[in-house]
Amino acid sequence: MKKTVILLMTLILTVTLAACGKNNNESSNSPSENASNSPSESASDLSGSFLASGSSAMQKLVEQASGKFMDKNKGVSIQVQAGGSGTGLTQVSEGQSEIGNSDVFAEEKLDADKAAALVDHQVAVVSIAAVINPAVTVDNLTKQQLIDIFTGKVTNWKDVGGNDQKIQIVNRPSSSGTRATFEKFALGQKTEDLQGSIQEDSSGTVKKLVGETPGAIGYLALSYLDDSIKKVKYEGIEATEDTVADGTYPVWAYEHMYTKGEPKAEVKAFLDFMLSDEVQNGDVVELGYIPMSKMKVKRDVAGNVTK
Amino acid sequence: MKAKTADKIATSIIMAVAALIVLVLAGLLGYILFRGVGHISFHFLTSAPESIRKGGGIGPQLFNSIFLLVLTMIITIPIGLGAGIYMSEYAPMNRITNFIRLIVEVLSSVPSIIVGLFGLLVLVNLFGFGFSLFSGALALTVFNLPLMVRITEQGLKGVPREQKEASLALGLSKWKTITSVMLPIALPVVLTGTILAAGRVFGEAAALLFTAGMSSPRLDFTNWNPLSPFSPLNPFRPAETLAVHIWKINSEGLAPDAGQIAAGASAVLVITVLVFNFGARWLGRYMHRKFTAIK
Amino acid sequence: MSQSLDRQKAKPHLAEEWVGKIYTFLCILFLITTIFSIVYFVASKGLSTFIVNHVNVIDLLTGLKWLPDGEPALFGALPFIFGSFSTSILAACLAAPLGFCAAVFMVEISPKFGRKYLQPVIELLAGIPSVVYGFVGLSVIVPFFRDVFPGQGIGIAAGALVLSIMILPTITTIATDALAALPKGLKEGSYALGSTRWQTIYRIVLPTTLPALMTGIVLGIARAFGEALAVQMVIGNAPHIPRSLFESASTLTSAITLSMGNTAMGSLANNALWSLALILMLMTFVFVFIVRFLEGRSKL
Repeated sequence: MKKTVILLMTLILTVTLAACGKNNNESSNSPSENASNSPSESASDLSGSFLASGSSAMQKLVEQASGKFMDKNKGVSIQVQAGGSGTGLTQVSEGQSEIGNSDVFAEEKLDADKAAALVDHQVAVVSIAAVINPAVTVDNLTKQQLIDIFTGKVTNWKDVGGNDQKIQIVNRPSSSGTRATFEKFALGQKTEDLQGSIQEDSSGTVKKLVGETPGAIGYLALSYLDDSIKKVKYEGIEATEDTVADGTYPVWAYEHMYTKGEPKAEVKAFLDFMLSDEVQNGDVVELGYIPMSKMKVKRDVAGNVTK
Repeated sequence: MKAKTADKIATSIIMAVAALIVLVLAGLLGYILFRGVGHISFHFLTSAPESIRKGGGIGPQLFNSIFLLVLTMIITIPIGLGAGIYMSEYAPMNRITNFIRLIVEVLSSVPSIIVGLFGLLVLVNLFGFGFSLFSGALALTVFNLPLMVRITEQGLKGVPREQKEASLALGLSKWKTITSVMLPIALPVVLTGTILAAGRVFGEAAALLFTAGMSSPRLDFTNWNPLSPFSPLNPFRPAETLAVHIWKINSEGLAPDAGQIAAGASAVLVITVLVFNFGARWLGRYMHRKFTAIK
Repeated sequence: MSQSLDRQKAKPHLAEEWVGKIYTFLCILFLITTIFSIVYFVASKGLSTFIVNHVNVIDLLTGLKWLPDGEPALFGALPFIFGSFSTSILAACLAAPLGFCAAVFMVEISPKFGRKYLQPVIELLAGIPSVVYGFVGLSVIVPFFRDVFPGQGIGIAAGALVLSIMILPTITTIATDALAALPKGLKEGSYALGSTRWQTIYRIVLPTTLPALMTGIVLGIARAFGEALAVQMVIGNAPHIPRSLFESASTLTSAITLSMGNTAMGSLANNALWSLALILMLMTFVFVFIVRFLEGRSKL
């Protein structure tokens, strides 16, 4: 059913394109802020429609980049879907979508044989920082202090050098990629959900709750930070683009775009576009991610860091 | 004397509760509208959302909501009417009919999240419709159908027996009697109910998260070819409705004015639901007057 | 000759009749297929936790720990079940008296004002989308509870309050219908004997309409039980049985929405969520049967 529809779409698209390609260019006054339209007109011999589904955190990045890509390649339609990393990986693995966006390595969600069939394309790096309610007078937390807080050994801020205030944990659900990253690289261990801890899946809600609840602690990707919450240093190191890039700040993860096997031409072109300077230095930075080219260190599935 | 005091106390408590309910609703509406209306403008209603810059709108979401509503109704109304007619006119009075009635009741109480999950499993993955308007419309059909059936049944039961029997006595077939005599009489009731059901579609989010999806592709509003993936009319594209958009902005919003957009979108949603409600009420009354010649 | 003419005339009628019959029958068949496939698919997914992954049913229903990726993985859904029941029953406890008072007001005390203002107001409450309720709950009720009561503001109390407003229309509408359907003679007899209005309501109206009122309450609970997004926004979602009404808790629906997208289909963690969905669905059926039972009683 879907294949016929896609086939039909492609057919009609190619026909329309061939018939009124010129017309299209003239009448399209779509809001393309970048004036980079001129070189693209010749290069738009790609066509097709494909779906990129998965991580809701990555949706904005992929959506913005795909918008620019579609401006340049009028024959290509990219649909970006958010449904969570797990859904994205399932769909790409079962062939329902061409790209699966994920915050975590496929090996962490799928069975080994299914994950082996997928090709990893790392497009950006996301860094996660511990954040606290602005009223808490703590600027730095060590790894041990964080472990104590998230395992419930320490329940008052005065035990880690703050004011006398009960600690309120704002966590992610155990299935969350952000939580997996935070536990793996900041705590170095998995934690159980504590009695009374709050769990929210979305960064916006975490930010709101940490900002409003006295004594709250949570963790957020750098792109979500603003004045309503306070970023704390980890082992004395502040999470910035530079500290992540040279490997001194450890709490970061790749943003992955998985394909099943080697991608089709238009999918490949899009993935290349994701890694081009235009996206890497433009949208990636704008949305608070760290460009791949800036990274001086690399990390594999097992978490081993190499220079 | 004591009984009278008790009566007075009870009466005043009940009056107070009634006043409280009105106050709660007034507060609720006031809060939503007060926070949101200031943000509504022509630009807000027509432009595309922005992810990190200020000044995004809800244009595509509004369009998606309306389009999804139309799609859902195109599927729901014929099936719902048919099933309702069967239940009220054709179904024999026996155990099987009773069982069907039970099933309609069960279907109407299935939580929307279950319908959404079912849609994800069957429509999106198994049938391969993907996250699309079509999947969303089918999922919404599932929980609007029982309502539609009940409304149709109610409407047909309200038709005076004499009118039905007169038509049958004139030699019209049962089907003809139903479609050309009974349905027009039942129309006010059916129409009012349909509009109220439509209002429910507008506000639904949980089932759509898993079926219609949470993103809206770039739409080209000059392209009206329903088979083009850029066309707003293509039913096989993913679509984020207004209610889902509110949920998403609340949870993932990065734009600096996310709070205002959520408030504005909530206000638009509530206003639409109000319009549906009052519209249904007014239309029902109008048609009742027109058809029954009661002044 | 005349006979054949009759037959000719009758034929289109007959055909028409059959078209109608078959069409409506197909519609009802569609409905039946839908419900059965929902049950089948949710059940087959939900049961695979027990059949494929060999999780013990009793452990799932009574376990207190939910560690889908722990070593070993534990799936104790009791906190969710407890959360679902406590929020929805508490919501009904809040909404039932309000709904009953509103119904009495509309039917007994001031039908004119009630029908004109109170009824539309209550129907409007039913029309407000649940995401908007959640939004208002998170930005008004939660901060209010945080300031007034000890605790974080979110939790069962906040969830129940949001739900109680959402189910108020269901309870009120059914109660109003029941009160209005009461035979006039019953009340008039009571008034004639010199009873006050409250005595009549308390002694006559309430006992006779009780099964119908209960129906409304059960339907309200059923609706609250299945509500997802509004609750998830205000309840906190910790997979534990809370120690107070103002401590983070979870419901079946909030657990499902929270993790469904993050887990890969077919994995153990995902299957366990489908089991929660199955429990949710089965509970809905139980509610429907209770309503049926009560309706049967109220006809007597």
